[in-house]
Amino acid sequence: MNYVMSFLVGGLICLVGQIIIDTFKKNNAYLLVMMVVTGCILGFFGLYDKLVEIGHSGATVPLLGFGNSLAKGAMEEAANKGFMGALSGGVIRTAPGVAAALIFGYIVAVIFNPHGDK
Amino acid sequence: MKYNKDNYKKVVDEFTPKNKMLKNCIMAFIFGGVICLIGEIINDSFVAWLGISDDEASPMTSVILVGISALLTGLGWYDKLGKIGGAGTVVPITGFANSVVSPALEFKREGFILGTAANIFKLAGPVLLFGYFSSFIAGLLSMVFK
Repeated sequence: MNYVMSFLVGGLICLVGQIIIDTFKKNNAYLLVMMVVTGCILGFFGLYDKLVEIGHSGATVPLLGFGNSLAKGAMEEAANKGFMGALSGGVIRTAPGVAAALIFGYIVAVIFNPHGDK
Repeated sequence: MKYNKDNYKKVVDEFTPKNKMLKNCIMAFIFGGVICLIGEIINDSFVAWLGISDDEASPMTSVILVGISALLTGLGWYDKLGKIGGAGTVVPITGFANSVVSPALEFKREGFILGTAANIFKLAGPVLLFGYFSSFIAGLLSMVFK
Protein backbone atom coordinates (compact mmCIF):
# COMPACT_ATOMS: atom_id res chain seq x y z
CA MET A 1 0.00 0.00 0.00
CA ASN A 2 2.88 2.37 0.82
CA TYR A 3 4.32 1.71 -2.61
CA VAL A 4 1.06 2.59 -4.34
CA MET A 5 0.68 5.78 -2.33
CA SER A 6 4.32 6.77 -2.99
CA PHE A 7 3.74 6.33 -6.70
CA LEU A 8 0.47 8.27 -6.70
CA VAL A 9 1.55 11.20 -4.51
CA GLY A 10 4.97 11.49 -6.18
CA GLY A 11 3.37 11.28 -9.60
CA LEU A 12 0.81 13.94 -8.74
CA ILE A 13 3.45 16.39 -7.50
CA CYS A 14 5.42 15.92 -10.73
CA LEU A 15 2.21 16.31 -12.73
CA VAL A 16 1.65 19.70 -11.09
CA GLY A 17 5.27 20.56 -11.94
CA GLN A 18 4.69 19.63 -15.60
CA ILE A 19 1.56 21.81 -15.75
CA ILE A 20 3.55 24.73 -14.32
CA ILE A 21 6.33 24.23 -16.91
CA ASP A 22 3.87 23.95 -19.81
CA THR A 23 1.81 26.93 -18.67
CA PHE A 24 4.53 29.45 -17.87
CA LYS A 25 7.21 28.09 -20.25
CA LYS A 26 10.04 29.07 -17.95
CA ASN A 27 13.39 27.44 -17.34
CA ASN A 28 13.40 24.44 -14.99
CA ALA A 29 15.32 26.47 -12.42
CA TYR A 30 12.18 28.58 -11.82
CA LEU A 31 10.19 25.41 -11.11
CA LEU A 32 12.81 24.08 -8.69
CA VAL A 33 12.97 27.39 -6.80
CA MET A 34 9.18 27.52 -6.66
CA MET A 35 8.97 23.94 -5.36
CA VAL A 36 11.51 24.52 -2.58
CA VAL A 37 9.91 27.75 -1.40
CA THR A 38 6.41 26.22 -1.52
CA GLY A 39 7.65 23.20 0.45
CA CYS A 40 9.13 25.58 3.01
CA ILE A 41 5.84 27.44 3.40
CA LEU A 42 3.81 24.22 3.67
CA GLY A 43 6.36 22.90 6.16
CA PHE A 44 6.11 26.05 8.24
CA PHE A 45 2.35 25.61 8.62
CA GLY A 46 2.77 21.89 9.36
CA LEU A 47 0.67 20.94 6.34
CA TYR A 48 3.37 18.98 4.55
CA ASP A 49 3.79 16.42 7.34
CA LYS A 50 0.25 15.27 6.67
CA LEU A 51 1.13 14.66 3.03
CA VAL A 52 4.24 12.74 4.14
CA GLU A 53 2.04 10.53 6.34
CA ILE A 54 -0.08 9.67 3.31
CA GLY A 55 2.53 9.57 0.57
CA HIS A 56 5.77 8.59 2.36
CA SER A 57 8.61 8.77 -0.17
CA GLY A 58 6.16 10.17 -2.71
CA ALA A 59 6.19 13.32 -0.60
CA THR A 60 9.80 13.32 0.67
CA VAL A 61 11.60 12.59 -2.61
CA PRO A 62 10.26 15.58 -4.64
CA LEU A 63 11.90 18.94 -3.96
CA LEU A 64 8.84 20.00 -1.96
CA GLY A 65 10.09 17.57 0.68
CA PHE A 66 13.50 19.27 0.57
CA GLY A 67 11.78 22.58 1.35
CA ASN A 68 9.81 20.91 4.11
CA SER A 69 13.00 19.56 5.73
CA LEU A 70 14.55 23.02 5.50
CA ALA A 71 11.60 24.63 7.31
CA LYS A 72 11.34 21.91 9.96
CA GLY A 73 15.08 21.95 10.66
CA ALA A 74 15.11 25.73 11.01
CA MET A 75 12.07 25.75 13.30
CA GLU A 76 13.39 22.98 15.58
CA GLU A 77 16.82 24.58 15.94
CA ALA A 78 15.27 28.02 16.41
CA ALA A 79 13.32 26.64 19.37
CA ASN A 80 16.58 25.36 20.92
CA LYS A 81 19.16 27.98 19.99
CA GLY A 82 17.20 31.05 18.93
CA PHE A 83 18.56 33.25 16.15
CA MET A 84 21.62 31.10 15.40
CA GLY A 85 19.39 28.05 15.24
CA ALA A 86 17.12 29.72 12.69
CA LEU A 87 20.18 30.39 10.56
CA SER A 88 21.73 26.95 10.79
CA GLY A 89 18.84 24.54 11.34
CA GLY A 90 17.67 24.14 7.76
CA VAL A 91 21.19 23.91 6.43
CA ILE A 92 22.16 21.18 8.92
CA ARG A 93 19.03 19.14 8.22
CA THR A 94 19.55 19.13 4.46
CA ALA A 95 23.36 19.03 4.48
CA PRO A 96 23.73 15.30 3.60
CA GLY A 97 21.77 15.63 0.34
CA VAL A 98 23.53 18.83 -0.72
CA ALA A 99 26.99 17.54 0.18
CA ALA A 100 26.29 14.27 -1.61
CA ALA A 101 25.20 16.15 -4.75
CA LEU A 102 28.38 18.27 -4.64
CA ILE A 103 30.83 15.46 -3.93
CA PHE A 104 29.29 12.80 -6.18
CA GLY A 105 28.79 15.45 -8.84
CA TYR A 106 32.45 16.39 -8.76
CA ILE A 107 33.61 12.78 -8.87
CA VAL A 108 31.32 12.07 -11.83
CA ALA A 109 32.55 15.18 -13.62
CA VAL A 110 36.15 14.08 -13.14
CA ILE A 111 35.53 10.54 -14.41
CA PHE A 112 33.12 11.12 -17.29
CA ASN A 113 33.29 13.41 -20.29
CA PRO A 114 30.41 15.60 -21.44
CA HIS A 115 28.08 14.07 -23.99
CA GLY A 116 27.50 16.39 -26.90
CA ASP A 117 23.71 16.58 -26.93
CA LYS A 118 21.73 15.75 -30.04
CA MET B 1 -0.16 42.37 -43.14
CA LYS B 2 0.60 44.93 -40.52
CA TYR B 3 2.06 43.67 -37.29
CA ASN B 4 0.94 44.98 -33.98
CA LYS B 5 1.09 43.59 -30.49
CA ASP B 6 -2.06 41.48 -30.82
CA ASN B 7 -1.65 39.78 -34.14
CA TYR B 8 2.07 39.28 -33.55
CA LYS B 9 1.20 36.96 -30.68
CA LYS B 10 -1.27 35.14 -32.93
CA VAL B 11 1.42 34.57 -35.55
CA VAL B 12 3.90 33.35 -32.95
CA ASP B 13 1.35 30.94 -31.49
CA GLU B 14 0.63 29.59 -34.93
CA PHE B 15 4.25 28.62 -35.53
CA THR B 16 5.23 27.39 -32.06
CA PRO B 17 5.07 23.62 -31.94
CA LYS B 18 1.84 22.53 -30.28
CA ASN B 19 2.87 21.30 -26.91
CA LYS B 20 1.32 17.99 -26.11
CA MET B 21 0.31 18.95 -22.63
CA LEU B 22 -1.75 15.85 -21.88
CA LYS B 23 0.98 13.46 -23.00
CA ASN B 24 3.61 15.47 -21.11
CA CYS B 25 1.50 15.33 -17.96
CA ILE B 26 1.00 11.57 -18.18
CA MET B 27 4.72 10.99 -18.71
CA ALA B 28 5.59 13.33 -15.83
CA PHE B 29 3.14 11.46 -13.60
CA ILE B 30 4.60 8.05 -14.49
CA PHE B 31 8.27 9.05 -14.30
CA GLY B 32 7.82 11.01 -11.06
CA GLY B 33 5.80 8.19 -9.57
CA VAL B 34 8.37 5.56 -10.47
CA ILE B 35 11.26 7.61 -9.03
CA CYS B 36 9.34 8.10 -5.77
CA LEU B 37 8.47 4.38 -5.78
CA ILE B 38 12.17 3.52 -6.09
CA GLY B 39 12.81 5.93 -3.20
CA GLU B 40 10.21 4.13 -1.09
CA ILE B 41 11.76 0.74 -1.88
CA ILE B 42 15.24 2.01 -0.88
CA ASN B 43 13.76 3.58 2.25
CA ASP B 44 11.99 0.34 3.18
CA SER B 45 15.14 -1.70 2.60
CA PHE B 46 17.08 0.49 5.03
CA VAL B 47 14.38 0.10 7.67
CA ALA B 48 13.81 -3.64 7.14
CA TRP B 49 17.36 -4.92 6.61
CA LEU B 50 19.63 -2.49 8.43
CA GLY B 51 17.23 -1.64 11.26
CA ILE B 52 17.57 2.09 10.70
CA SER B 53 14.83 4.32 12.14
CA ASP B 54 12.37 5.91 9.75
CA ASP B 55 13.70 9.43 10.47
CA GLU B 56 17.26 8.49 9.59
CA ALA B 57 16.36 6.39 6.57
CA SER B 58 14.86 9.35 4.70
CA PRO B 59 18.09 11.40 4.34
CA MET B 60 20.00 8.22 3.49
CA THR B 61 17.50 7.51 0.74
CA SER B 62 18.08 11.02 -0.63
CA VAL B 63 21.83 10.41 -0.66
CA ILE B 64 21.42 7.10 -2.54
CA LEU B 65 19.05 8.67 -5.09
CA VAL B 66 21.44 11.60 -5.57
CA GLY B 67 24.30 9.14 -6.15
CA ILE B 68 22.33 7.10 -8.70
CA SER B 69 21.22 10.24 -10.51
CA ALA B 70 24.77 11.64 -10.61
CA LEU B 71 26.03 8.40 -12.14
CA LEU B 72 23.22 8.28 -14.72
CA THR B 73 23.91 11.91 -15.63
CA GLY B 74 27.57 11.09 -16.10
CA LEU B 75 26.66 8.25 -18.44
CA GLY B 76 24.36 10.63 -20.33
CA TRP B 77 21.26 8.54 -19.60
CA TYR B 78 19.45 10.91 -17.28
CA ASP B 79 19.10 13.57 -19.94
CA LYS B 80 17.55 11.00 -22.27
CA LEU B 81 15.05 10.10 -19.57
CA GLY B 82 14.43 13.81 -19.04
CA LYS B 83 13.41 14.29 -22.64
CA ILE B 84 10.59 11.78 -22.15
CA GLY B 85 9.73 12.32 -18.50
CA GLY B 86 9.79 16.13 -18.38
CA ALA B 87 8.97 17.44 -14.91
CA GLY B 88 8.81 13.84 -13.67
CA THR B 89 12.61 13.81 -13.78
CA VAL B 90 13.09 17.44 -12.67
CA VAL B 91 10.96 17.70 -9.53
CA PRO B 92 12.34 14.71 -7.55
CA ILE B 93 15.67 15.11 -5.72
CA THR B 94 17.29 13.23 -8.61
CA GLY B 95 16.55 16.27 -10.77
CA PHE B 96 18.38 18.45 -8.28
CA ALA B 97 21.40 16.14 -8.50
CA ASN B 98 21.17 16.25 -12.29
CA SER B 99 21.17 20.05 -12.19
CA VAL B 100 24.42 19.91 -10.18
CA VAL B 101 26.23 17.35 -12.36
CA SER B 102 25.20 18.73 -15.77
CA PRO B 103 27.02 22.09 -15.56
CA ALA B 104 29.92 20.38 -13.75
CA LEU B 105 30.39 18.15 -16.79
CA GLU B 106 29.64 20.83 -19.32
CA PHE B 107 32.29 23.25 -18.06
CA LYS B 108 34.96 20.57 -17.57
CA ARG B 109 37.03 21.84 -20.49
CA GLU B 110 37.53 25.14 -18.66
CA GLY B 111 39.46 23.35 -15.95
CA PHE B 112 38.65 21.55 -12.71
CA ILE B 113 38.66 24.66 -10.51
CA LEU B 114 37.35 27.47 -12.69
CA GLY B 115 35.27 25.17 -14.88
CA THR B 116 33.76 22.23 -13.00
CA ALA B 117 34.03 23.52 -9.45
CA ALA B 118 33.00 27.10 -10.20
CA ASN B 119 29.96 26.13 -12.23
CA ILE B 120 28.76 23.16 -10.23
CA PHE B 121 26.05 25.23 -8.49
CA LYS B 122 25.14 27.21 -11.57
CA LEU B 123 21.58 25.81 -11.63
CA ALA B 124 21.28 24.49 -8.08
CA GLY B 125 22.61 27.70 -6.49
CA PRO B 126 19.32 29.61 -6.84
CA VAL B 127 17.47 26.65 -5.36
CA LEU B 128 19.73 26.57 -2.30
CA LEU B 129 19.70 30.34 -1.93
CA PHE B 130 15.93 30.65 -1.90
CA GLY B 131 15.60 27.43 0.11
CA TYR B 132 17.96 28.62 2.87
CA PHE B 133 16.46 32.09 2.76
CA SER B 134 12.91 30.87 3.27
CA SER B 135 13.98 28.38 5.95
CA PHE B 136 15.66 31.24 7.82
CA ILE B 137 12.45 33.26 7.62
CA ALA B 138 10.45 30.21 8.78
CA GLY B 139 12.82 29.82 11.74
CA LEU B 140 12.52 33.51 12.67
CA LEU B 141 8.73 33.48 12.37
CA SER B 142 8.50 30.37 14.53
CA MET B 143 10.46 32.23 17.22
CA VAL B 144 8.15 35.25 17.05
CA PHE B 145 4.91 33.26 17.23
CA LYS B 146 5.89 30.92 20.06
